[in-house]
Amino acid sequence: MQTNFTETQLADSATRRSNAILRSCVHCGFCTATCPTYKVLGDELDSPRGRIYLIKDMLENNKVPDEQTVTHIDRCLSCLSCMTTCPSGVHYMHLIDHAREYIEKTYKRRWDERALRWLLAKILPYPGRFRLALIGAKLARPFRKLLPDPRLRAMLEMAPDRIPPASENDRPQNFPAIGSRRKRVALLIGCAQRALNTDINDATIRLLRRHGCEVVVPKGIGCCGALTHHMGKVEESHAMARANIRAIIRELDGEGLDAVVVNTSGCGTTVKDYAHMLRDDPVADDAARVATLAKDITEIMSELGLNDPFHAAPLRVAYHAACSLQHGQQIRSAPKDLLRAAGFEVVEPRDSHICCGSAGTYNLMQPAISSELKARKLATIEATHPEVISAGNIGCMMQIGSGTKIPLVHTVELLDWATGGPKPRSIATALRWKREEKQVFGIEDFRLGRP
Amino acid sequence: MSTIAMPEPDVGILARAPQIIAALESVLSAGTVISSPEETRAYECDALTAYRCPPLAVVLPRTTEEVATAMRVCHELRVPVVPRGAGTSLAGGALPTADSVIIGTMRLREILEVDTANRYIRVQTGITNLAVSAELEAEGFFYAPDPSSQLACTIAGNIAMNSGGAHCLKYGVTTNNLMGVRIVMATGDIVELGGPLLGTSGLDLIGLICGSEGQLAIVTEATLRIVPKPEGARPVLIGFDSAETAGECVGGIIRSGLLPVAIEYMDDVCLRAVEAFVKTGYPNCAAVLIVEVEGSEAEIDHQIARIRLIAEELNPVEFRASRTAEESLAIWKGRKSAFGAMGRLGDYLCLDGTVPVSKLPHTLKRIGELSKAYGLEVANVFHAGDGNMHPLILFNANAPGELERAEEFGADILRLCVDAGGCLTGEHGVGIEKRDLMTKQYTADDLAIQMEIKSVFDPAWLLNPAKVFPLEVSQPHREAAARCP
Repeated sequence: MQTNFTETQLADSATRRSNAILRSCVHCGFCTATCPTYKVLGDELDSPRGRIYLIKDMLENNKVPDEQTVTHIDRCLSCLSCMTTCPSGVHYMHLIDHAREYIEKTYKRRWDERALRWLLAKILPYPGRFRLALIGAKLARPFRKLLPDPRLRAMLEMAPDRIPPASENDRPQNFPAIGSRRKRVALLIGCAQRALNTDINDATIRLLRRHGCEVVVPKGIGCCGALTHHMGKVEESHAMARANIRAIIRELDGEGLDAVVVNTSGCGTTVKDYAHMLRDDPVADDAARVATLAKDITEIMSELGLNDPFHAAPLRVAYHAACSLQHGQQIRSAPKDLLRAAGFEVVEPRDSHICCGSAGTYNLMQPAISSELKARKLATIEATHPEVISAGNIGCMMQIGSGTKIPLVHTVELLDWATGGPKPRSIATALRWKREEKQVFGIEDFRLGRP
Repeated sequence: MSTIAMPEPDVGILARAPQIIAALESVLSAGTVISSPEETRAYECDALTAYRCPPLAVVLPRTTEEVATAMRVCHELRVPVVPRGAGTSLAGGALPTADSVIIGTMRLREILEVDTANRYIRVQTGITNLAVSAELEAEGFFYAPDPSSQLACTIAGNIAMNSGGAHCLKYGVTTNNLMGVRIVMATGDIVELGGPLLGTSGLDLIGLICGSEGQLAIVTEATLRIVPKPEGARPVLIGFDSAETAGECVGGIIRSGLLPVAIEYMDDVCLRAVEAFVKTGYPNCAAVLIVEVEGSEAEIDHQIARIRLIAEELNPVEFRASRTAEESLAIWKGRKSAFGAMGRLGDYLCLDGTVPVSKLPHTLKRIGELSKAYGLEVANVFHAGDGNMHPLILFNANAPGELERAEEFGADILRLCVDAGGCLTGEHGVGIEKRDLMTKQYTADDLAIQMEIKSVFDPAWLLNPAKVFPLEVSQPHREAAARCP
């Protein structure tokens, strides 16, 4: 597409990048077809092509965006389905990130919106605060109908029934490899995930150690910055990213690291993009080093191969592809291949390329669109009649888990189970229920979820 | 900004814009009318981005009745209407004027009926082309016309442009697969034409609607012929060291009496772009053909063997027959992604001239010569089996004067097609892009008859203004329409 930036505008590296991205777009419209919000709303303004247009207009003319422009850009899930679809290689992620940053700097949101975003940015990335908030939300949940704002209601509804205590494993420490050491890896322990579900990191550590990895939880590692990054809050997100980079570089330049393992794909997409995110920062070189080291847990496990993966029941697993994994990192087959290698029967729902509506804080900020996407996702998953659902991202797990009785686990929990770890908690619970049902009602088929 | 002129907007309509928007909003459901300048801008063009003009408003109805309501208001207020599907037109078929209202079909996406016994599907026309076939997949059927943009383009747009696609060599284009339509007339009246029967009595009005580029009515529902999926289908990829030899091979295959499902052509410029996106390992040569045959395994093998004999006489650089579903997908993915992938090389104009198959070698040679004369690179990717060419002229939109030079080059190619006994457009439609070349293809009398037909359907000449007919040719009709009450 033709663009119209002045030399002065192009002196800014973010604008220069956006110009290059816009120039590569031919406005063919393919992206509209796989955009979840376009599917739900049917307005091109809520599609990548429409948003690209809004962003182009805003950036070219140094405009203070109006409310409609902000609304349409806010409605983007950043699922990046459009990037998988785009034949011209338009890097939509960098463009929408730039737009979000630009909006945050130039546009004054309404007071309640500002308060909400401030609150999320101050709570979600900090596991201690988030855990307290979850306990509060759980207590307040019975009164949620009294709240006028659907976003606040969504927050209360998100609180899980079981809020785990902080895990000892998430403290800075080294876990030695079991057997001879094949790799030394750092684990990105994350933030919100640590408050919501401690089983995931526990299973990851067990799985990696069992496969010959020394696992390091570096001192000073924490939130990757994705949550605030997607709100356009650059200062906060860059500060978090810098802290992570310093923590990882200390290990890398110390005893050395073969990889930084990420088990929340939303974070993985961000860490892999650190080089771009911090391109103008003093830590730019280190950021690039960390970015190339980052690996999703399924990538590293594909490299390692599964040892003796025959300890789990051969359940029928519906694999939910998290967008940050399938679109953000273009990892599609590794999780399914690993699950199959571990003896599970893997099924995939129709329209697996479409987002479940979780998308970081999206389910809290845009509850209407999010719940429509959730309903569609649940329908397609349940149509595959799975005994268990697996996903590689805590956000998706919360979103889907809140709408189904089918047990839901992180892929890594199944791989851990199959290679000798404990049975995942939610499967154990579901099996117990089924056994009780069997005792009470005399139901013969104890397998989960079978029609 | 460029060479194709659009009429001056009607200042009277622009002055009444607030009342027009209010009138539309008063009868349509909330969220259906878009009118803020920031938002209408996103609708200022389709995939022909060289021409842009934000409309007065955009209406996105959810039902045929809402389309009718919007049309009635526009008709009463004498406001031009630009119908829009997914906005993937490469010919500017959905380009608005400042005094027009866009009526989009993108929210009309229901599947209304699937009947495999009688081989049809009835859909709302905002559904995408690929979604129709996806719906039929489990039943073992598909909808044959498959434009390269089938992932995103709508059935409404396919009908408006009588779209073709790679597989049309065997199954025909949209008009050969369209059995019935529900249309909204310019006045807002809803009319049904045809239905799920093979033949209808009386004049073939569906034939008139199909390919009418939004000049006659808006199609909101369609009954489409569906066909059973073949037992199997496999493509072969044949590489040649010259464009002309590839052209000769196409003629040879058709002459032999074989009827492949598709014969597709891509030249080296296009191959480079596609390779960067798909990485299928396409051969590095001047041109490739993708020839797909279908049937039982034995039939496929037999047809491929015959194609190999024909190709080998022409010394191909490579002859690769797909053996697995993955290999077939890989071969096709590059072709299907070609247009978008061309964006990696720069801006482009995509043409759509069609020539008799026997004239392909000559036409390709002349295009190469013109490319040198104009100093602009051209990539060729097209449906060779039916002679439907898609030269893509590469240029730099940010360099002053290059678009104009590219457009002149394009016009010369289209004249070349007509002189070779072909026509201006195989499937993209005339839109604005080829509008002023219509006099090259048609006599004044031919055009007069076409405009008379438009006047019957749209006496006030409100539908899709400034498309198809050259402005000076249509001027008397438009002036007469403006005078009529």
